[in-house]
Amino acid sequence: MTDITSLTLTQTLAALKDKKLSKEELNKAYLERIKKLNPSLNAFLFVNEDSGEIPVAIKDLISVKDMPMTCGSKILENYIPPYNATVIDRLASQGVSFCGKTNLDEFAMGSSGENSAYGPAKNPWNLVKVPGGSSSGSAVAVAADMAVFALGTDTGGSIRQPASLCGVVGLKPSYGRVSRYGAQAMASSLDQIGPITKSVADARLVLEWISGGGGHDSNCHAKPFVTLSETKGIYSSASPQNDRMLKEIKVGVPKEYFGKGLDSEVEKVIRDAIKKLGDLGAEIVEVALPHTEYAVAAYYIIMASEVSANLARYDGIRFGKNRDQFGDEAKRRIMLGTFSLSSGYYDAYFTKAARVRTLIKKDFDIAFEKCDVIVGPVSPTVAWNLGGKINDPLTMYLSDAYTIPGSLTGIPGLSVPCGFADGMPVGLQILGKHMDEETVLNVGEIYENVTDWKDKKPNMSS
Amino acid sequence: MNKVYETVIGIEVHVELNTKTKMFCRCSADYFGKKPNTHTCPVCLGIPGALPYINEEAIKKCMRIGLALNCSVNEQSYFERKNYFYPDLAKGYQISQLVKPLNINGQLEVEDESGVTSIIRINRVHQEEDTGKLTHVGSETLIDFNRSGVPLVEIVTEPDFHSSAQVKDYAKKLQQIFRYLGVSNADMERGDMRLEANVSVRPVGQKELPPYRVELKNINSFRFMQAAIEYEIKRQIWVLERGETLTQETRGWNETKKETYLQRSKEEAHDYRYFPEPDLPELKIDTLQLRELLRKQLPELPAQKVKRFFDEYGLNKAQIAMMADSKEMAEFFEEAVKVGSKYKVESIKVANFIINKKVNIEDINPEQLIKDIVNQNTGMISDEKELEKVVKEVIDENSKAVEDFKAGKEVALQVIIGSVMKKTKGKAEIKKVKEILEGVLKS
Repeated sequence: MTDITSLTLTQTLAALKDKKLSKEELNKAYLERIKKLNPSLNAFLFVNEDSGEIPVAIKDLISVKDMPMTCGSKILENYIPPYNATVIDRLASQGVSFCGKTNLDEFAMGSSGENSAYGPAKNPWNLVKVPGGSSSGSAVAVAADMAVFALGTDTGGSIRQPASLCGVVGLKPSYGRVSRYGAQAMASSLDQIGPITKSVADARLVLEWISGGGGHDSNCHAKPFVTLSETKGIYSSASPQNDRMLKEIKVGVPKEYFGKGLDSEVEKVIRDAIKKLGDLGAEIVEVALPHTEYAVAAYYIIMASEVSANLARYDGIRFGKNRDQFGDEAKRRIMLGTFSLSSGYYDAYFTKAARVRTLIKKDFDIAFEKCDVIVGPVSPTVAWNLGGKINDPLTMYLSDAYTIPGSLTGIPGLSVPCGFADGMPVGLQILGKHMDEETVLNVGEIYENVTDWKDKKPNMSS
Repeated sequence: MNKVYETVIGIEVHVELNTKTKMFCRCSADYFGKKPNTHTCPVCLGIPGALPYINEEAIKKCMRIGLALNCSVNEQSYFERKNYFYPDLAKGYQISQLVKPLNINGQLEVEDESGVTSIIRINRVHQEEDTGKLTHVGSETLIDFNRSGVPLVEIVTEPDFHSSAQVKDYAKKLQQIFRYLGVSNADMERGDMRLEANVSVRPVGQKELPPYRVELKNINSFRFMQAAIEYEIKRQIWVLERGETLTQETRGWNETKKETYLQRSKEEAHDYRYFPEPDLPELKIDTLQLRELLRKQLPELPAQKVKRFFDEYGLNKAQIAMMADSKEMAEFFEEAVKVGSKYKVESIKVANFIINKKVNIEDINPEQLIKDIVNQNTGMISDEKELEKVVKEVIDENSKAVEDFKAGKEVALQVIIGSVMKKTKGKAEIKKVKEILEGVLKS
C-alpha cells in the first residue's frame, strides 16, 4: 500500500482485516511521518516508538500508564502517571496502541496552543498560523496524518475549535457519555474526552469504543454509545437512503451565531454548508438562543472557579515544581476563580454565572423543541497568525463564543470540515440534544459523504 | 459558676466511620498502625485525573447517626469542595458538605453534674473525608496518606451548652451512640473521635450571642476538654472583667501547664471558598423509603435502653449506667438475667455481682456467671484465685505431706485436701481444689 497514513480509521481497519496492510507497516509509516514532521509541527511532546497496534495520539493530559504526562506545563515536567485513564484501557482493549502524547495549551487553557510551556504546535495548513486549542497537537497530528486518530478534551471548545482550524473531524460527546477518569481536570463540570478523526465514521466508531459508565466517573452513567442498527452502515457511501434520512431532520440555525464578530468569508462557507443540508432534504428552521451573549462571561467564572480548585494540588510539595512555574494563563484563571469564589463575591459571580448557565440550558431546551440539530460556525474566524491574540486574553476568549454555550449545556457537538476561507479550513458545528450523538453524527456523516472536504489534505512535502 | 456571666458553648464532633473502604475510593479504611502510604490509590493521593466515587456504606452510616440523633434527612443533599492549603490535604480541597448536609435539625438530651437535663439542638450531621497525617521528624515532615479519604462525619450543635459537665455528658453519649450503632470505634486517643468546642461567655440576662467565640481544638480526651473549657471560662471572664475585649481565635490545651494557648487568631481565619463538588452528582435520597429502612435497622439506642432497664429490671441509675454502658455489656447482662431466672437469681443481684466483682465479660459467659452467683449464695468458694491462695498456704504448712505425695503416696493428697477443707470451713469446691493441687504439685 502506498499512502498508508492518509487512510481513515475505518479504512485502516479494513486494510488490516483484508491483510492488505500489516501492523508493522502501519506503525512504521506513522512513525516515519511523525519523525519527519514533528520538528516543524511540534504536535507531539512525547513519541512512543514501540506502538505495535493501531497508532493513536493522546492529548497530554490524559493518563497513559508509564508514559510521561506534562499537561503542557512545566509543573508536571517529568511526571509519569501510575495508572491508565478509563478511555486508555478501553482503547487498548480494541487493539489500539499509543504512538505519543500531544501538545496542548497548559492544562487545556487556551484557544491557540500558544499557552503550552513546550512551544506551540503549528497549523499544518500554514505553519505561521495557530492550530487552535487546547487540543492543538491532537488536531495537528490527525490533520498531518501523524496518527490514525487522536483523543482530545473539550471544556469550552477544545476539541471542536482546533478540529475546525485544522480541517479535521472533532466530536465533543455529551457530558456524562465518556468517563473522565484519568484526564487531568480543568473544569470538572464541563470537561469531556472525545475523538479527533479523519472522518465522521471514525468519530462514531471511536465514540463506541470509549463511551459508557463504569469508569469511576460518578457523572458518567450512560450506556456505551452504540449506533442504532437501523441506521448502521448506510452512511459509508453516498446513497439515496441518506436523502431520506435527512428529510426527517430539522436543522436549526441560531441567528445569534451569525452576528458581530463572525468573519464574512467564514459566514459564506457556513451558509453554503447549511444550504447543502437543505438541498439534501433537511428542513432548515430559524431558532433563537437569546442568552448566547452572556455565555462567555458565565463560562469564564464557572470554569475558572473549578480550575482554582483543580490546580490547587500543584502546591510544590508532591509534584516537584513550585507554583511560579505556572504559565500566565493558568495563573490568570487560578486568580479569577479564587476571586469568584471568595466570600463576599461568591453570589455576585459564581452564583450568578450558575444562573446564567441554567438560562442558556433553557435556551437550548426551547430551541430543540423546534429542531433536531443546531448548526453554525465552530469558530468566528479561520486560524490566525501565531502571536496574533496572545497578548489580548479577552479577544482570545471570544474566539470560543460559539462552542462555549454547548459546553455549558453539556450537549454533544461535532466539527465537520465544510470548506475554506482565505485558504484555511472552516468547520461546521453540529450541536445535538443531550445524549443524542446519533443524530449529530448522522447529519455530519451524510454531509461529509456528499462533499469532498475530508479528502483535502495540507501539503506537507515542502 | 460566676454570678455575673453565663457560658455559651457549641460543640463540633468529628467521627471516623469504620467502613471497609474509604469515602471516595475503594482503598481499605482500616489504616491505623499500618505501614505509611500503603492504603493509597490515585484518588486518595490526588494524582492528576483521579475522580471521587461515593461509598454508599458511609452514606448509610452517616444517616444512621443522623437518625439516632433525631435529625431529619435532607431529600436533596450534595457535596461541596472546601478549599484550603495544608500539606496533608492531597487535592488542595476537602470534599465536605455546607449548604445541604445529609442530616439536619436533630437533638440530644444531656445532663449536668447535678443531674438536671436539657436539650441540645443539633444543627447538622454531615459527611466528609479525612486528611492525611503529618509526622514531624527533626526538621523534616513526613506525610502518610493512609488516612486520606477515610469517611468522616461531622456533628455540629447549636450553642446550647452552658457548662463543661454538659459537654462531657454530650461527648460520652455520642461516643456511646456511635458504638451502639457500630459505625465507629470512637476512640479519642486514636483520633477516631475528635472534639472542638466553641466557648464564649456573656452577662447573665443577655439574649444575643457574644460577638466572639474561642475555638478549642486538638484536644484528645474528654477530661482535657472539660479542663480546657473550665480554664477558658475563667480566662474569658478575667479578660472581660479587666474591661478588655475578646476576639475570635483558636486555642489548644497545654496539659503540663494546665492552660489554653493561642493557635490562630481571627486575622488568619480561612476563606474556604466552598462550591458544589462538580465531580459528584447530587444525592437524591428517597427519604421515606430509605429512612424507614434505616430506622428499622437501628439498634435500641442508649437512651431507650436506659429507660427499659429501669422499667424492666428495676435497676437504679448507677446500675443502669454500668449495665447499659456498652451494647456488649447490655447483651451480657440481659442474657445472664435470663439464665438467672432459672435459678431464681434476681436481675439486681446479677447487676450487683457484675459491678462488685468487676466482672470482665470477655473472660466469662453468662451461664458461668450465674453459677458463680449461685455458689456464692450457698457459700461455696469457687473463685480460683481465692482457692489458690488457700492451697498455697496449706502446702507451705504441710511440707511432709507434699514430700510424701511426690514420693508416690497418693494418700498424702487426701491429707492436703483435708487441710484445705478445714481452713475453708468446708466451703471449698472439692473438684476445683483437686484441679489446683494437681497443677501446683506436678509443676
